[in-house]
Amino acid sequence: MAEKMLMKGNEAIGEAAIRAGCHFYFGYPITPQTELTAYMAKKLLKMKNAAFVQAESELAAISMVYGAAATGVRSMTSSSSPGISLMQEGISYIVCAELPCVIVNMQRGGPGLGSIQPGQADYFQATKGGGHGDYHLIVLAPSSVQELLDLTMDAFDLADKYTNPAMILGDGLIGQMMEAVEFKERKKIDLPDKEGWILTGCKGREKNYIVPFNLDPYEMEKLNFKIQEKYNKLKEKEVRYETVNLDNADLIIVAYGIVARIAKTVISNAKKEGINIGLIRPITLFPFPEKIIAETSEKINKFLVVEMSMGQMVEDVKLAVNGKAEVNFYGRVGGVIPAQSDILTEIKKYLK
Amino acid sequence: MKKVFESPKSLTKDPFTYCPGCHHGIAHRLVAEALDEFGVREKTIGVCPVGCSVFAYVFFDCDMICAAHGRAPAVATGIKRAKPDSIVFTYQGDGDLASIGTAEIVHTANRGENITVIFINNAIYGMTGGQMAPTTLVGQVTQTSPYGRDPKTMGYPIKVAEMLATLKGVAYISRVALSKPAYILKAKKAIRKAFQSQIEGKGFSLVEILSTCPTNWGLTPIEANKWLEENMIPYYPLGEFKTPEEVS
Repeated sequence: MAEKMLMKGNEAIGEAAIRAGCHFYFGYPITPQTELTAYMAKKLLKMKNAAFVQAESELAAISMVYGAAATGVRSMTSSSSPGISLMQEGISYIVCAELPCVIVNMQRGGPGLGSIQPGQADYFQATKGGGHGDYHLIVLAPSSVQELLDLTMDAFDLADKYTNPAMILGDGLIGQMMEAVEFKERKKIDLPDKEGWILTGCKGREKNYIVPFNLDPYEMEKLNFKIQEKYNKLKEKEVRYETVNLDNADLIIVAYGIVARIAKTVISNAKKEGINIGLIRPITLFPFPEKIIAETSEKINKFLVVEMSMGQMVEDVKLAVNGKAEVNFYGRVGGVIPAQSDILTEIKKYLK
Repeated sequence: MKKVFESPKSLTKDPFTYCPGCHHGIAHRLVAEALDEFGVREKTIGVCPVGCSVFAYVFFDCDMICAAHGRAPAVATGIKRAKPDSIVFTYQGDGDLASIGTAEIVHTANRGENITVIFINNAIYGMTGGQMAPTTLVGQVTQTSPYGRDPKTMGYPIKVAEMLATLKGVAYISRVALSKPAYILKAKKAIRKAFQSQIEGKGFSLVEILSTCPTNWGLTPIEANKWLEENMIPYYPLGEFKTPEEVS
């Protein structure tokens, strides 16, 4: 039977991670995700065959994740925007070494030290690579505490399946929010065996080694091709999104995370005024749901992308639409959350 | 016929690619001998750095991983916490450990992580072609201190062993050299003590090894050994800086 409980977003991630078998957490305090670090300390320090380490920096935290992941255990770290910037070095190494792990980014307003209020301005960093070299993370964007929990568990499976780091791209609001959640029974899925590459000591076998480099450019190119192949597979098999009211809509909102939640209120309020709005909510930001956006743009010729940024995901929407519809943008930044009434006012501008 | 000398099992058959007269080869061998003697090769995971010894993963015949520049102690922490029964060592140069990785080495030592650090101090950056290291001596000429290291603007060389020995979580720290056979024997003993300390669960251990870099010092191997003894040892005294009674 499913257990129902009231949980804060950040703590729900912690509980979901532990239930997904992640017993190794390394992190550094930063607002607004500290509850997650504290939750992991409270739980993991009391568990056997588990570790919680408060690292000296985010640079160290991600390197600890790299070390733990190399031994084959499920491992994670979490932070918020400025801390995630510091982790980019380690993330790039982990991708090159083809190791699975989960990274949580509860975004706050940027740039710089920014603000501690929610933001979505790390979209480029999360979905386009973030660190040096050609790579992507598997990026999951929850819009409720329940989804935060479910996607956290999925993130570990996806990371293992593709031997690539997965990122939960939340925002401060979702981490701080309390909602009723259920831990449902999950289907067992087949995941690739780690035995061939993990570092556990070479007893009874040849040594294994994990090195995130190759000085032979042709070999390094081959590794790049291999990594890209995983991204092609992700694009083919793992795209997730939610749609609301796509038929008969006069305008389609594209939004993710907490903004998509606000967009749903906009849709019902607009309806009262006789305005028909639809929503496409990407759940995977990488791989991006470009197909559904492209298909929709054949039928509906007005889009409004709403983000808590100065316009980042809108670029991917424009690429998917490819000139077939009008793509507009409305954004609030620096920790400001767009009000549903402001979004509706914006919509009316384009429906005149 | 009696076999009197052989290659340690913990080294692969790959020939070293280090420059002539460089001490990395001797240091590698001593570490490998210690792993063999304690019988821990099959449960050892080594962490190599960024720098000349990035290729250590080729030469050690045990599980190996390469860390980002300076982060080897953090990677080693992750490994040791996930697999506490394994023997974990890092092998780091002075740019790696004493410059870009100062936070990692200090805090790993301070947490008393039960790992062993082999720290190669040759007073210069080797891989990138001879720039000033935090351990470069006052007045020493490098690519980035072309008029000699001026302490007024470039600071003084860092004494890592002494600095880390002040931390309570540290079990064993010593500084050794490899410029003559008597020193090599002492270095071997220190490396053994460091690993023994880890095997017995005593906490963090580090051996600082004064080494030569003939290529970037612009000296012959013999001149380099002499330079090390005449210039480095007076500033970086050899000896043990921390020894738990149980290990000594």
